Amino acid sequence: MNESLFVNIIIGITIASAPLIFAAIGELLVERSGVLNLGVEGMMIVGALMGFVVQFHTGNPYLAILAALFGGMVIASIFAFLTQYLLTNQVATGLALTLFGLGFSAFAGRGYTEETIQLITATHIPILSDIPFIGPLLFSMNPLVYLSFLMVYLVWWFLFKTKQGLILRSIGDNHDAAHAIGHNVVRYRFIAILFGGAMAGIGGACLSLVQVPIWGEDMTAGRGWIALGLVVFASWMPSRVVLGALLFGGITILQLHAQGFNIRISAQYLSMLPYLATIFILVALRIRLKNKTNRTVPNCLGRIFHSTT
Amino acid sequence: MSNLKFSSVLKTSILSLVLAFTGNVSADPVKAAFVYIGPTGDHGWTYAHHKGVNHLKSVMGDDVIVTEVENVAENSDSERVITSLARKNDIIFTTSFGYMNPTAKVAARYPDVKFEHATGYMPSENVATYQARFYEGRHVLGRVAGGVTKSNVLGWIGSFPIPEVIRDINSAYLAAKSVNPDVEMKIVWVYTWYDPGKEADAANALIAQGADVLFQHTDSTAAMTIAEEKGVYAFGQASNMIDWGPNAQATGIMNDWGPYYVERVQALKDGTWTSAETLRGVKEGMVKFAPMNANLPRDVKNDAMKAIIDLATGAIHPFTGPINKQDGSPWLAEGETAPLGDLLGMQFYVEGIDSQFPN
Amino acid sequence: MIKLIPRAENSRAMIILSPIFALVLTALSAFVIFLFILEDVKVSNVFFTLFIEPLTDTYYFSELLAKSAPLIIIGIGLSIGFRAGVWNIGAEGQYVIGGIAGGAVGLYFYNVEGFWLLPLMAIAGILGGMLYAGIAAFLRVKYQVNEILVTLMLTYVAVLFLSAMVHGPLRNPSGFNFPESRMFHDSALLPVIWEGTRLYISFIFAILFSALAWFGIKKHMFGMQIKITGSAPRAAKFAGFDDKKTVWYSLLISGGLAGLAGLFEAAGPAGQLTPGLPQFYGFTAIIVAFLARLHPIGIIFSALLIALSYVGGENVQIDYNLPSSIIQIFQGMLLFYFLACDILIKYKVVPNKTKN
Repeated sequence: MNESLFVNIIIGITIASAPLIFAAIGELLVERSGVLNLGVEGMMIVGALMGFVVQFHTGNPYLAILAALFGGMVIASIFAFLTQYLLTNQVATGLALTLFGLGFSAFAGRGYTEETIQLITATHIPILSDIPFIGPLLFSMNPLVYLSFLMVYLVWWFLFKTKQGLILRSIGDNHDAAHAIGHNVVRYRFIAILFGGAMAGIGGACLSLVQVPIWGEDMTAGRGWIALGLVVFASWMPSRVVLGALLFGGITILQLHAQGFNIRISAQYLSMLPYLATIFILVALRIRLKNKTNRTVPNCLGRIFHSTT
Repeated sequence: MSNLKFSSVLKTSILSLVLAFTGNVSADPVKAAFVYIGPTGDHGWTYAHHKGVNHLKSVMGDDVIVTEVENVAENSDSERVITSLARKNDIIFTTSFGYMNPTAKVAARYPDVKFEHATGYMPSENVATYQARFYEGRHVLGRVAGGVTKSNVLGWIGSFPIPEVIRDINSAYLAAKSVNPDVEMKIVWVYTWYDPGKEADAANALIAQGADVLFQHTDSTAAMTIAEEKGVYAFGQASNMIDWGPNAQATGIMNDWGPYYVERVQALKDGTWTSAETLRGVKEGMVKFAPMNANLPRDVKNDAMKAIIDLATGAIHPFTGPINKQDGSPWLAEGETAPLGDLLGMQFYVEGIDSQFPN
Repeated sequence: MIKLIPRAENSRAMIILSPIFALVLTALSAFVIFLFILEDVKVSNVFFTLFIEPLTDTYYFSELLAKSAPLIIIGIGLSIGFRAGVWNIGAEGQYVIGGIAGGAVGLYFYNVEGFWLLPLMAIAGILGGMLYAGIAAFLRVKYQVNEILVTLMLTYVAVLFLSAMVHGPLRNPSGFNFPESRMFHDSALLPVIWEGTRLYISFIFAILFSALAWFGIKKHMFGMQIKITGSAPRAAKFAGFDDKKTVWYSLLISGGLAGLAGLFEAAGPAGQLTPGLPQFYGFTAIIVAFLARLHPIGIIFSALLIALSYVGGENVQIDYNLPSSIIQIFQGMLLFYFLACDILIKYKVVPNKTKN
């Protein structure tokens, strides 16, 4: 395989993975606090629309990303309010969020389907980017791809190197005990949910600002659900999120290349690979990690917390 | 968008009522309905139908009242949509293959309503079918592709391996090969008519594998934008996509349904409508082309123009023998043109295409 | 912000009132939205089309009932699992596999007449759905792999598999190679129970399953087992109930019912296998189940309500040129309001004047 094809494939994979990394790392933080938010798809699509609309009207990519972030957060706040203050069932509320988000974005985005915008393009660092092979791979990625890796690092650092992160994890494992010690469970979770919404929003914006400069309803095409799966796949460890996203994005891209190279498997079966691979690897990980206690589900995931004080 | 449309429909209705009372119109306006599989904003297949409808409205004015329904999925729900329309309309156009059986079922229950099904094969007394010879358009695109490619690799983003798509692939390939014997065609199936992200990924994969001219059989402008970004050529699909690819769009096929719609609605109004199986191409103006990109070499442009004229006069047929099937078995003898049946059910690649035929 | 004070016992009044509050809130929100987006149309006309017409027009009423059938069938199955904390989010995939399995049997016996064919197809559909959901059950029981992820991933696989089938082995040989199966012959089609409409026998089964589930949960130990396991798995273990069995039961039942719904759709309104078989019934049924608070009889009503929003919403789309996304917005809103109002049953809402 020649060098430029290889580089092309790697770059394609990172661009396909970026939305998944953002959405998954956001949801990972949320789930670590003990909340299951199935509304990721709804938050992503709203982010994709907000980013597109602001980019279209202002041409300012920074504003566009902020708008996506904000849009995801606003819509996540509905979920946060319902589940944390009104104690609603998280699964149902998350599904309602997805439904609402898809409907709202399709409706609000009606006037934008015939427009196009300027994409956020890959960076180019003089000299460094021109080093053959390593240059394009390390220094010429899209800025949002770099940002996604940065967010993974920041979430890891927060969860494992800060006091607040420790508290958040303890809330996820035993919210009653955490409350008894005096931590504000609801506040931590509320903020975590907003963060998850912001990340999902940027993840969605990766689609409309990086991958294709157009807007179409349902353009997230299920990526939010994939992101949810990735969190489980990653056993709630940030580093694994990147691995999972690259794997999933990778198989999606490679499947297309395989068709181009005339690999003799029917395209539908090739297209199944990313989904099947996610399941298989998850099982494999479970078999290997059966005895390691730090890689299990946050104990309180999905359970409603209600303080009686 | 929706508000404007509704008020114009309302105004048209009121106006026609007034005119009917004052006796200035000899017949009631025809109520025509259109069922779309996607949004009119797809700038592809459905957009082209929508443009045809606008042409219909501008030509027939108050003689027609139009209802358009977007995003009707190709499943059992469509039967209800078509039924709802049949209760209130005189003629219904269902613009995608998957509506074939639902259209037939509803037509049987509403014998006085006329139905027109695009790209299907089940006409009946009150169901007509209509289809365009897109493969003629692909022939011209193929010649252009063969002329401009430098890598000799052409890329095709396929939706579903149905006869219409296979037919177009074969036509484009044969045309490209006739101009440039060294071309190869890489084909990728995305199994959707509309998914900008997937179409973009497919475009990127094909380009990474060396394709410098892209064909698409999907409905969004995604591939065109990728082609523009990567500096390769691509062809617009169903509509002029120049805004998404000012340098990339070499040309494209534009579906012109307007005149057909006017013809059929007028016939209904005049009482001369009968069921038919219409198949039109370049000659009749149903298949048109986007303007040739200024960047194209002059000889490629001239060659394409000549091909368009030849198709219009019937001087050439895109499937003229000798042609063999992919496995080497003979299909068309020297000078023989493809029978319609072979084309309508085409499920084989022609010789020279390396890709494995799906399934 | 606000403080929630638990009631001594669930407010009986609120059990009836809270869904009504939710409906009223949704209707009000819809009213406001319509005011903004509609010109030249009276909002009352739109409301009529949306809520009243499907009830008063014979054709639309039959469609309303017909569309509720798959939602009830799948919803019943899901509710059993949800009570036990087993989250089958991939009922859509099991529905597709059931449709393929049952449909394939019907196609295998193409043009063979006999009253035994439909029951055979139904059994195949049920088995197909059960098998597919069983994969998730196996993985959860053996490897503690979360069933939400597995059933969801398998849904994508099922839809691709359907595509492979209708493009290949199950394709109509005289259909010009389009990706559709043959139209099912008479013995393979569901009987219609209301002549002239699309109301099939599946509706009767839906009511039947609902009644059976109600009995099962009320009278049978089985119901108790599921009730206990869901709320506290450890307690269930001590009481001698088997957590693993519950997972299997839940997934097999919900998978089987979803598979049956798939076969009903293929042999009923569709009359063939096409790529359009999946219609998100598997996901909508989750909402139906929640709106009914997992109550088997309530599911009939919430299914009718959701079906109403689809049929009425579609007519609003056609008559007033509104986008289809408006229906999704309202369904999402209805569910939000419903979940929010539900809180009134268990808690009293008072303003929180104390600081944290």
